Amino acid sequence: MSAKVFAAKTMNKQKAGNFFTRYSHWILLSPFLLLFLTLIILPIICAIGLSFTDFNGMETPDITWLDNYIRILSKDSVFMQKILPNTIIYAVLVGPGGFILAFIMAWLLSQLDDLPRTILAVVLYLPSMTAGVTVSTVWAVIFSGDRTGYLNSLLLRLNLIQSPITWLQNEDTLMPIMIIVALWSSMGIGFLSILSGIMNVNKELYEAARLDGVKNRVQEALYVTVPSIRPQLLFGAVMAVVNAFNSAGLGVQLSGSNPTPGYAGSIIVNHIDDFGFIRYEMGYAAALSVVLLLIISLASKIAYKLFGDD
Amino acid sequence: MSSLKRQQKRKLKKLRMKRSQWPVYLMLSPMVLMSVLPILYIVFTAFKPIGELFAYPPKFITLRPTLDNFKKLFEASEDTIFPLSMYLFNSIVSTVAVVFIGLAIAVAAAYVLSKKRFHGREIIFKMNTLSMMFVATAVSIPRYLIIKEVGLIDSFWANIIPMLATPVGVFLLKQFVDQLPDALIEAARIDGANDYQIIWKIVLPLVKPALATVAILLFQSSWNSMEASKMFINTESLKTFAFYMNTLSNSGNGVAGVGISAAASLLMFLPNVVLFVMMQSKVMNTMAHSGMK
Repeated sequence: MSAKVFAAKTMNKQKAGNFFTRYSHWILLSPFLLLFLTLIILPIICAIGLSFTDFNGMETPDITWLDNYIRILSKDSVFMQKILPNTIIYAVLVGPGGFILAFIMAWLLSQLDDLPRTILAVVLYLPSMTAGVTVSTVWAVIFSGDRTGYLNSLLLRLNLIQSPITWLQNEDTLMPIMIIVALWSSMGIGFLSILSGIMNVNKELYEAARLDGVKNRVQEALYVTVPSIRPQLLFGAVMAVVNAFNSAGLGVQLSGSNPTPGYAGSIIVNHIDDFGFIRYEMGYAAALSVVLLLIISLASKIAYKLFGDD
Repeated sequence: MSSLKRQQKRKLKKLRMKRSQWPVYLMLSPMVLMSVLPILYIVFTAFKPIGELFAYPPKFITLRPTLDNFKKLFEASEDTIFPLSMYLFNSIVSTVAVVFIGLAIAVAAAYVLSKKRFHGREIIFKMNTLSMMFVATAVSIPRYLIIKEVGLIDSFWANIIPMLATPVGVFLLKQFVDQLPDALIEAARIDGANDYQIIWKIVLPLVKPALATVAILLFQSSWNSMEASKMFINTESLKTFAFYMNTLSNSGNGVAGVGISAAASLLMFLPNVVLFVMMQSKVMNTMAHSGMK
C-alpha cells in the first residue's frame, strides 16, 4: 500500500518535472504571449469591435453597425477636408521621406573612415533619443512667434520680414515645421540597421560590379548596395512607418492645442484623441482607429512588396 | 591574360585611392548641422544666466555659464508637496523594472522562437513581425479600457506593464539567437541541460550585444514615456520624471522658463546619450542581423 503511494508520489513528482521540461517552450513563451495578446492584439480586436458601436466610455455600447464609418465618409467634413489630407502629406513625407533620407545618410557615412563614421552616426542618431520635452523646448523657441524667436530675430535682422511671424499658430507654416521636426528625429534604429547593412556588404561585389561596367558611386549604390541590403531596408521601412505615426503628437505639442489652429497640424491620431478623450465619443474614435490601422497595414504591404522576399 | 588582370587590378586600386571624402562631408553637413545644433542649443541654454536668456537679439553661445537653471528647476518643485526627487525615483524604479523584466521576457521568447520546434511557432513569429509596426497611440482608447479592466489604473505597475511587450526587441534577439549553432544547444541538451539552464548558461552570455541593444531600446522608451502618467495614473506621487519635466516646460512660459526647461531637457536627454555612446558598437553589431525577409 505504502509502496504504491510512494510510487504514485514519485510519478507525480516526475510528472511535475516533466511538465516543466516538456512544455518549457510554452512556459518560456507565456509571459510574452500574455502581454502581446492583451496589450497589442486585444486592443486591435477591441477597436474593431467598438467601431461598430456608439459608446461614451461609461454605459454599455449600443450597436450601430456601420454608422460610424458612414459618418467618417459623409458627415465629418473636418476629417475629409483637413485630417485625411494632412495625414497623407505628413505620413508620406515623414515615412518614405525619412526612410530615403536614412538610406542616403547611411550610404554617405559608409564612404567615410571608421572614426568619423562612428562619430557622425552617433550625432545623427542623437535627435531620435530626445523626449517630448525637448521638442517643446527647442523647436518652440526657434519658431517662437515674437521677435525673440531665433528664426524671427534672424529674418528681422536680415530685413526679410517686417514683423514677426507666428510660425506655430499659422495654418500655412505649422505642417511644414512638423515635418521638419519629425524628419529631424527620424534617424533611429532603422537608420542604424541600414548603416550596418551597408557596412557588411561583401566588398568583392563592388569590384565585380566595377569590372561589369558600373561607373560611379551612385550606380554602385543603386545596383550593388540596395539589392544586397534588402532585409535591412525592409526593417528600416517598417521603423519609418512606426516613427511617422509615433511622432504624431507633434502638431499638438508645437502649437499647444488640440485641435491645432485651423486643424492645420492635426492628423488622424490627434483626431482619435480629440473624439476619444475630449468628447468621449469612443465608438467613433474606434472607427477612426480602424482606418488608421488600415493605413498602417497598407504601408506595411507596400514595404514588403518592395523589399520582402515574396 | 595575367598582365591584363594585373592592369585591371591596378586600375581598381587607383579608383579606390581617388575616392576623396570631402564631397561626402559636404553632402552630410546640412543634416549633421541640423541634428547637432538643436542639441547644442539645449546645452548652451541650460547653462545660461538670466541676463543672457533675456538678451536681444538672442545669443546662441553662453558666455558666462551658471548652474542657476538647474537650481531653479529643483527649487520650483520645493514649493509643492511633491519634490523632484520623487518623480526621479519613480522614473528610475520603473525604468529599471522595464529593462530587466522586459529583457527576461524577450530573451525567453526569442530563444523559444529561434531554437525550439513546435506547433504554432511560425504563426507566433509571423504575428510578432507584423506587430513591429504596431503603434500604441493608434489604439489608445481600447488600451486604456483594457488597462482599466485589469485594474492597473492608478497603480505604479501602469508605468511598467504596458511597456513590456516589445515585438522589435523579440525580433532583434531572435535574429541574434539564430546565429548560435544548433549543435551547441544540442550538445548542452545531451549533457542534461534543460531549456532554462541553456538560456541562462549558454544563450545569455553569447547574445550580450543584442541584450545591450534591446536594453537600450527599453530604457529609452520607458525613460521618455509619459503615456502612463498622462492616461493611466491620477495620483501625483506615482507619476514619472518625463511627465513632470513636460508639464514644467509647458507651464513655465516666459524667458526664464526657457532656461529651466532646457535644464530639464538636458537631464532627460543625458542618460539616453551616455548609455547609447557606451553601447554603440554593440548596437551596430546587433543591427547587422536586423534584416527582415
